[in-house]
Amino acid sequence: MRKLPPIMVACLALAAAAACGSDSGGDTGSGNAPAASGSAPAAGGAKPLEGEKIEIAAKWTGDEQANFEKVLKAFEEKTGATVTYASTGEDTGAYLGPRIEGGNPPDVAILPQPGLVQQYADENALKPLSPEVQAQIDQNYTPYWKDLGSAKGQVYGVLVKAAHKSLIWYRQGAFDDAGAQPASTWDDLIKNAQTLSDSGVAPFALCGASGWTLTDLFENVYLSSAGPENYDKLAKHEIPWTDASVKTALEKMAQIFGKKEFMLGGSSGALQTDFPTCVTQVYGQKKAAMVIEADFVAASVGQSGAKVGEDAKIMPFPKAGDTAPVVLGGDVGVAMKDTKGAMALLEFLASKEGGEVWAKQPGYLSPNRNVSPDNYPDDLTKQLAQTIISAGESVRYDMSDLAPSAFGGTDGKGEWKDLQDFLRNPSDVKGAQEKLEADAAKAFKK
Amino acid sequence: MTERLDGPQAAGGDDSAAGASSGPHDTPAEPTQGSVDPAPAEPPAGPAAAGFPTPAPPGAVATAGTATSPPARLGPSPKLAVMFLLPAVLLLAAWMIYPLVYSIWRSLFDATGGTFVGLRNYISIFTDSGTLTTIRNNIIWVVVAPVIVTVLGLIFAVLTERIRWSTAFKLVLFMPMAVSLLAAGVIFRLVYEQDPDKGVANAIITTVHDAFSSSAGYPGARPRDNDQAPAVAKGGAVVTRQPAQAGTPVLIPLVGLNQDAVKDAAPAKAATGGDGLSGTVWLDVVRGGGGTLNQVDPQEKGLAGVTVEAVSGGVVKATTETAADGTFRFAGLPAGSYDVRLPQSNFAAPFNGITWLGPSLITPAIIGAYIWVWAGFAMVLIAAGLSAIPRDALEAARIDGATEWQVFRRITVPLLAPVLLVVFVTMIINVLKVFDLVFIIAPGSVQPQANVIALEMWRVSFGGGGNQGMGSALSIFLLLLVVPFMIFNIRRFRRDER
Repeated sequence: MRKLPPIMVACLALAAAAACGSDSGGDTGSGNAPAASGSAPAAGGAKPLEGEKIEIAAKWTGDEQANFEKVLKAFEEKTGATVTYASTGEDTGAYLGPRIEGGNPPDVAILPQPGLVQQYADENALKPLSPEVQAQIDQNYTPYWKDLGSAKGQVYGVLVKAAHKSLIWYRQGAFDDAGAQPASTWDDLIKNAQTLSDSGVAPFALCGASGWTLTDLFENVYLSSAGPENYDKLAKHEIPWTDASVKTALEKMAQIFGKKEFMLGGSSGALQTDFPTCVTQVYGQKKAAMVIEADFVAASVGQSGAKVGEDAKIMPFPKAGDTAPVVLGGDVGVAMKDTKGAMALLEFLASKEGGEVWAKQPGYLSPNRNVSPDNYPDDLTKQLAQTIISAGESVRYDMSDLAPSAFGGTDGKGEWKDLQDFLRNPSDVKGAQEKLEADAAKAFKK
Repeated sequence: MTERLDGPQAAGGDDSAAGASSGPHDTPAEPTQGSVDPAPAEPPAGPAAAGFPTPAPPGAVATAGTATSPPARLGPSPKLAVMFLLPAVLLLAAWMIYPLVYSIWRSLFDATGGTFVGLRNYISIFTDSGTLTTIRNNIIWVVVAPVIVTVLGLIFAVLTERIRWSTAFKLVLFMPMAVSLLAAGVIFRLVYEQDPDKGVANAIITTVHDAFSSSAGYPGARPRDNDQAPAVAKGGAVVTRQPAQAGTPVLIPLVGLNQDAVKDAAPAKAATGGDGLSGTVWLDVVRGGGGTLNQVDPQEKGLAGVTVEAVSGGVVKATTETAADGTFRFAGLPAGSYDVRLPQSNFAAPFNGITWLGPSLITPAIIGAYIWVWAGFAMVLIAAGLSAIPRDALEAARIDGATEWQVFRRITVPLLAPVLLVVFVTMIINVLKVFDLVFIIAPGSVQPQANVIALEMWRVSFGGGGNQGMGSALSIFLLLLVVPFMIFNIRRFRRDER
């Protein structure tokens, strides 16, 4: 008793303003510190979460991290809480798994896949969102997005960042040389590819080493050719992968995979190319004309020295059937500790206010329908945001991200591996379907 | 027991020394009265064992033990020993025993940890084709890598003994050990890159290859892929669709060439008829699109230097080359109908190196990286062993007229065998748990082909698989594989200590 531990000194000093919850969390606050339980305006200039420490884990690094930290800064300024950002790296599950097992999860985690919401909810690792956060969700999102963040009848997550995955990026120069025009149907796209190939440039740079780029391609083709209802069924594995609709989609993909001059380096080259490299091949090395990937390609385009909107242009993913596909990816924020700080941060991220701070940063697209497209720094993003908002209920979420990660999100396993094998051997549609079905059955059974 | 035996031994030693000088009559007196023997109960036995002091009768020891052993103990008291051992035991229990037991326990449950599945996880190790690949790969690793590392280490160690700058050489070879395996993986991912402009391995191979055979012509050029094209691809060559007649110019439009590659070529010219078989080979593509298909348009470029063959009945009748404007003419060819063929040699793709990171070569490629990292380490260990072997044996052999090879084969290697074995077995253990290099070097699309047990274990439990029951089963399986080699190594160390 000679000396008070420093943490207690800090607690005493801050007792009037906020709860002192490093371990036990903010729940002590409501009982002991009346000032903390009140809302911000009541205390005048006082900030409601002064001294509160929040740890948030997300996969972003580099520029994306810097942009996100600006949003966190805005939250800190508003509430007085201290937010620490921890990068989970590419593999969020591998980062969070041990921390959950060890009983030391971050307060808030941004999960790259809604499938993880389900998984962690099953493991009881998530805390249901507070009514305030849910109110924000009801106000700002269509019910489809609320369902995405729900498990077992509880709302656990809110989609805080969207990625538009129904795009094809092309290089204007290559299209000019070949005299090709952006395609609006799949058949036109294949014709374009032939024209480009004849003109001496590889039409597609596929990023076959990154399995998720292949699942994105499949999802667009499938959503377009089989329609949203089948898409939902396949996503839940209510129809098998051996279904005829899957066959149609794979056969359409084989129109590209089956011609070695359609892919830079043929299929063997494509299978060794990982994600940002294929963008460089189009815009940096100028060896190929198109890359099929999402809006976040923009960052790599910039690094390759091309300018978005001038040489680097986008076309909506062409219709391979009756539906114009809009497939979204996105990151879901969840609370892993039931602290005041965690809920307040999620509330902020789900709000119009937080979304608009974030929207002013490049490379961000909000699924929040009340975030005005005017906030985005460039025309491209404005246009993308508009498509998401107007597509409304017919938008679908990335199927592989909805599947158990053993099937839809693991390097060298499940759908990633099976589509890579299909790229290696595109003539065997049936074999690919059977492998997909076998892997899906194994993963969904759990 | 030891201290008890020490006493009489020392006495006996003195005794025999004394006996040699002063005679045998002293002998019985000295052990009994000498202070060396701590056991007063022993005199009856003492004289009996005088000439042979070591084995004290068991009965005597047992009776004497209770009364006399405490003051004789040299080591610490058992209590103290326990206290010193306790931290290590606790740490071992917390870090080795508990995780081991828990892993075994966990491996009997399914992914959620709630359902007992017995040995099903272990069964699926041997039924799942993906896991079987990892086992196959681990076998390849264990068979190949330790042998090569040990042999290379031996060669380096023996050679560095003889060169001037051996320390510098050893330093360079040992350097990869200072690099983390992760960094080594990143380095080798680049080394094995397919594009010769990026990957060092392919840069070397293509440079060597191109020094012997240069690829010329128009790689990638092909006839247009539609039914109206007058020429079609056939087994790598380009052949006219219809047999050509002398007098009618043959058109062979090609596409698929990078337009920048023929920027400076002369414009193509349609061949005039005239006598003999003639025609044009050109790039039927207009920059920016347009132009009439299969017709020579003014902006289109002729392809110069293309070998053209006139074939009749499967036999090449004449060969010529195109001019700068793409035209060709077979002079003095007998009248008749011919297939005009552009042989494959015109279109041979440039040699692009080896696909190191493809499914078939990935494991050897990663083993190569592993050897780069570990050969230096093996060399240092073996060199240490080498410096300890007796020089006179080598010199004796040399004086007896043995060649250097015989000295190496018959003297050095046998004397080094214990060290070589330790290095070899250590490498086997090391190779069984290889993880980082495979994880980093293999691109996502060949991860299944390159997979090893340790990586599969991580991937199944944390890297997306989410099945820690299966992961635990794999880890126990890996442990069972490592244990025999561990025991072997420990046995060896023990024998060496003795």
